[in-house]
Amino acid sequence: MGTNVSLEDKFQAYVDAENKVEPKDWMPEKYRRTLIRQISQHAHSEIIGMQPEANWITRAPSLRAKLILLAKVQDEAGHGLYLYSAAETLGEPREKMIADLQSGKAKYSSIFNYPTPSWADMGTIGWLVDGAAIQNQVMLTRTSYGPYARAMVKICKEESFHQRQGYEIVMKLAQGTPEQRSMAQESLNRWWWPSLMMFGPSDDNSPNSEQSMQWKIKRKSNDTLRQEFIDKTVPQAEYLGLTIPDADLKWNPERGHYDFGEIDWSEFYEVIKGNGPCNKERIAHHKKAHEDGAWVREAANAYAKKQSARKAKDTPAA
Amino acid sequence: MSESNWKLWEVFLRSKNGLSHKHVGSLHAADADMAIKNARDVYTRRSEGISIWVVPSEEITASAPDEKDPLFTPSDDKVYRHPTFYDIPDDVEHM
Repeated sequence: MGTNVSLEDKFQAYVDAENKVEPKDWMPEKYRRTLIRQISQHAHSEIIGMQPEANWITRAPSLRAKLILLAKVQDEAGHGLYLYSAAETLGEPREKMIADLQSGKAKYSSIFNYPTPSWADMGTIGWLVDGAAIQNQVMLTRTSYGPYARAMVKICKEESFHQRQGYEIVMKLAQGTPEQRSMAQESLNRWWWPSLMMFGPSDDNSPNSEQSMQWKIKRKSNDTLRQEFIDKTVPQAEYLGLTIPDADLKWNPERGHYDFGEIDWSEFYEVIKGNGPCNKERIAHHKKAHEDGAWVREAANAYAKKQSARKAKDTPAA
Repeated sequence: MSESNWKLWEVFLRSKNGLSHKHVGSLHAADADMAIKNARDVYTRRSEGISIWVVPSEEITASAPDEKDPLFTPSDDKVYRHPTFYDIPDDVEHM
């Protein structure tokens, strides 16, 4: 009987024993597909996430602010690249991932389909959006797939700067003139609910979650992560004297958590379907940047070919 | 499209002299020089390294996971290779 263990069962036992899966190990095809989908989606989010912030680089209010924002946007590019490289270890070519993003087949976090009309949004994104991302990513440092876990460790170290610089921006505004204060509040009003939606549908509407938890790709459910984020963030808002736009938000001593209001899931699904405020703009910009860079890629290829031909000529045949 | 697809390079960093280079990830580049420059931007934005190695991924030969047993189990039963295998009285010092 004992010899009758399927590869899937062996894999599950291996993962249950807290072992990491590495690229060349056997894995169920669905595990591979799930990871490719999740990691590439995560990579796309980092890359598309550069756009709403890049919007303010030329208009940052000081040289200090501009340097920080540039460094942050460059980090997001780096995070995208670590993640693409992790997804490629599963056999998915980079150009296919890019093509899937541009065709709309692959998704990215819906939060990046919201606009950034004010400087305060640079603060709120760092504080809330990166804060929510950290909540998710800290969990993913312990994900069962080795290359993904390692990418997450590096990303988490860098994200902490992102959140702190964001909070600092909001803090300066919240402690500033009445106009600056209302800029901060108005920005919080716009980003609060979309930030909560970043954790994905509630547990009873999240069909892939159970399998992902079983394979230890995820270790906490969407609702658990969302609750942890709210519990951490409410005191941070109180410190700033800003009001979270949720009338139902209050501490529940019995649960030991904050209770909060109903999330408008119809908005979430509309944005995912492509009907958010900036979906079309984000993809159009990505395509344009990609196409505008085509000559650079061609030139680099031509140069590399010429160099290697020259090298071959200069090296005497053995 | 495949013509424009740069090949994949594995990146290794030495964080400081005295330590070995360690694998940190991979990236795409048209040639080795560009791979070094890209590795600088992607993997050393916070002084993580003082030396970079890049190796075309296709040049790496790896042992197969299903060879793990024949390759590595032979050493498992050779406990006499470890110092703790030997009973030396506590009174004998510096050993």
